[in-house]
Amino acid sequence: MRYKTFQSKRQEMKLHVKYDIQTACKAILKEQLEQAGLLYKAINSSEVELKNQIGAEELAKLNANLKTYGIEILDDQKNDVIQKTKDVIIEMVNREEYLPPIKISAYIADKVKYSYGYLAALFSEVTFTSIENFIILQKIERVKQMILAGDLTLTEIAFKLHYSSVAHLSTQFKKTTGLTPTSFQSIIKKRRANNIY
Amino acid sequence: MSLDAYQILLADDDEVDRLFFKDAIDELKINSVLTTLNDGVQLMNYLNQKDVILPHLLFLDINMPRKNGMKALEEIRADGRLKDLSIAIYSTSSAKRDIEDALLKGANIYIKKPGDFEQLKKIISKAIKLSWQYHTSGLNKENFILSI
Repeated sequence: MRYKTFQSKRQEMKLHVKYDIQTACKAILKEQLEQAGLLYKAINSSEVELKNQIGAEELAKLNANLKTYGIEILDDQKNDVIQKTKDVIIEMVNREEYLPPIKISAYIADKVKYSYGYLAALFSEVTFTSIENFIILQKIERVKQMILAGDLTLTEIAFKLHYSSVAHLSTQFKKTTGLTPTSFQSIIKKRRANNIY
Repeated sequence: MSLDAYQILLADDDEVDRLFFKDAIDELKINSVLTTLNDGVQLMNYLNQKDVILPHLLFLDINMPRKNGMKALEEIRADGRLKDLSIAIYSTSSAKRDIEDALLKGANIYIKKPGDFEQLKKIISKAIKLSWQYHTSGLNKENFILSI
């Protein structure tokens, strides 16, 4: 095949592109992680889960490489405080012998080392829920686990988690999940039997 | 920045409902990205794209042409790749039987469509916030059930 004569003058050309930022970022993250030889479990929209711990030096290098693309690894002090607050609550609620401190707010403030007022405001701002609601949610999750384990009656669960009465527990359960403890139990059991989830 | 945003997917054939939904989410202060689809077939095609960013939460209308919400729910729960999606089914029915049926088939949230906008906003907000908690606080998703 023979070439046709070249055009004497190069013509400029304009291309219009459209891109999906999420796909692009994910691809960049993938490429950079692989280039750094890091094994990862998952890349979410804003999180990367690494299989192994990496050193500060490696982390700094990765951060520097990502910065060329305008991506930054967050070392957010706010998030640390929130995480610590959550950990304190989760630990408190899931202790085998649950014994709520007399003043939960003072307890949390003492453990996290910030004033409760600051923590409460920060918590609501970042997690879209109040500390109080988070505690209720965690307690109801524990109630769910206990119901499903099937070792204790609802009355015993209420006692163990220091609810003033089984009625109080049932009301909070219904308010949080929209279901009664009994129908919750029946649904999960059937789901398990059918291998849904 | 949208990378941090909470990804929400909505499949609903009713244009007005989609608009209401969008308004409701816009009025919430949550940093989120909403993608809308018109029916179950579109939804499954979307989810089955190779490099799709899976949503954190999927709102699924029960009554849709071509493929309804329940059918889509069953397909999603049978698919290993999509199994972990949090799903909110919504319907005009508040019959106990319908609620149980949806939850049994693997919905996390059952929403009875409210009559007015203010109520809708409240419900969507509640669904998103709770699902966000499950997403960020390491809660056991198997036990994530809510009926509103």
